[in-house]
Amino acid sequence: MGKRIDQTEVRKVAKLSRLDLSEEEIAEFTGQLSAILDYVAKMNELDTAGVEPLAHCLPISNVFREDVVKESLGTEKTLANAPDRDGEFFKVPKILEEP
Amino acid sequence: MDWQSAKELRDKIRTGETSSVEATEAVFERIANSEPAIGAYISTFEKSAIDKAREIDKRIANGEAVGELAGVPVAIKDNMCTTFGTTTCASKILKNFHAPYNATVVDKLIAADAVIVGKTNLDEFAMGSSTENSSLKQTVNPWDIKRVPGGSSGGSTAAVAAGLCCAALGSDTGGSIRQPASFCGVVGLKPTYGRVSRYGLVAYGSSLDQIGPITRTVGDCALMMNVITGHDEKDSTSVSESVVPACNYLEKLDEPISGLKIGIVPGLNTGSDSDVQKAISGAIEVYKKLGAEIIEVEMPHFDYAIAAYYVIATAEASSNLARYDGVHYGHRTKNPKDYIEVYTKSRAEGFGKEVKRRIMLGTYALSSGYYDAYYLKALKVRNLIRGDFTKAFERCQAILMPVSPTTAFKIGEKVDDPLKMYLSDIYTIAANLAGVPGISIPCGFDKNNLPVGLQILTPAFSEDKLLRISRMFEAQTDWHKKKPAIR
Repeated sequence: MGKRIDQTEVRKVAKLSRLDLSEEEIAEFTGQLSAILDYVAKMNELDTAGVEPLAHCLPISNVFREDVVKESLGTEKTLANAPDRDGEFFKVPKILEEP
Repeated sequence: MDWQSAKELRDKIRTGETSSVEATEAVFERIANSEPAIGAYISTFEKSAIDKAREIDKRIANGEAVGELAGVPVAIKDNMCTTFGTTTCASKILKNFHAPYNATVVDKLIAADAVIVGKTNLDEFAMGSSTENSSLKQTVNPWDIKRVPGGSSGGSTAAVAAGLCCAALGSDTGGSIRQPASFCGVVGLKPTYGRVSRYGLVAYGSSLDQIGPITRTVGDCALMMNVITGHDEKDSTSVSESVVPACNYLEKLDEPISGLKIGIVPGLNTGSDSDVQKAISGAIEVYKKLGAEIIEVEMPHFDYAIAAYYVIATAEASSNLARYDGVHYGHRTKNPKDYIEVYTKSRAEGFGKEVKRRIMLGTYALSSGYYDAYYLKALKVRNLIRGDFTKAFERCQAILMPVSPTTAFKIGEKVDDPLKMYLSDIYTIAANLAGVPGISIPCGFDKNNLPVGLQILTPAFSEDKLLRISRMFEAQTDWHKKKPAIR
């Protein structure tokens, strides 16, 4: 923690984030993320050896219910907000390339 | 028509002293006059609201039973799903999204016979402290239109402050109910995590988000809590009533709390503006006069809350917002050349800067090689902060502190410096990390006539006490009665 993030790393994170960022955004985010990460490095002042990580503030455990068939949203409601559809399917550009 | 509280209005509607139609029409008249200047709403539902008001009046006239909020005009932050209108999260990516179901809290408001006026503006996906990150419009502070209303629930708090509804719902991930409530001079409560169902709340930081009421008085806050709390099997993090029994928050609201011990954290206020410090000191004096014993408590890890929060919240956000893929719903880029572009360009075009920044930060913190150093470390710090609260609450029933180091700042003042903006949440974030409830109640004004909020924190699932402690203060002061000039 505390290492300055550079533009190469920001590009890598943008790719992992599935965000097509402009060069201007890459430059802007590099500076801003560096400043934020520098601030976050403040946590290094604390010795957390032996401290349990707390992912949730309540003692949450899995919740089970009876396996009973319930009404679902249905095809029309599910597809109602689809940006593009083909009948009962979400439509996307082809995923497989020509052999 | 004007009134001070939702409860008072509800009672008058029930007795026939006034009608819901009259109240709802008055609200829409104010919306017609003031909304163009304030910009609190993303959408309003005048016709359905008047229809609902008419139905309530008719049922009351016929002697039929009505719900707890019968005829009261309320607003909903636009990150809660409604089958009516759109649910935009103030984002271009969801601009035309019609939710297929209601959030549980919305169903509860409807069941309580509330009149839903509209859906309010927010920072996009609830990410921000000023409502400047909305992709759809700018909300201003009704006390000074050159200033921000706070965020992210700035639309809801501005609407309540300006009389554009009687009560509203907000959501609070790191202070997004309490900070704008403080900036707008209204009451805002973040309940204990798990107390209010999050089903249908568009997720930002799932382990931190909580829905809560925004009102003009503490009594209204209790009334709204009566309506929205309770176990919900649709939310696996909602707490069972066998563990935490249901509670009527209004019933014992005015009962004094004898032998109250209130904690203050030495040195914590020193980072605040002098007017904020003065108002908080004044509030402490009010509690002393009420017979409370003020003691000093330690919160040694409080200063690390923002660092831990911006790792945990953004990590959760990066995961939650992965669902916006341009396939199932939301904005899709035009003419993508392949399926990868459907994702990357739709998201790049649909999300605003702050959302992108947080997704990037969260993705980085969770990425290979950095997970332990950032995410895991932040979770450990979170545990230390929870420990601070546990220890403090062994010695006192409540902790007092400011809500924000400043009063409402000017529009544009912090927008280019995200870290500076993040640091304005210093006092509110710890409660979300620990899951404890917190409230902001009006406790003074600064030299510019801008409201100052007092934050009160109590142990988990003690909202009844939190509201009573707040009510004790409200009953002794007139801060909540002041109204902004724009109404």
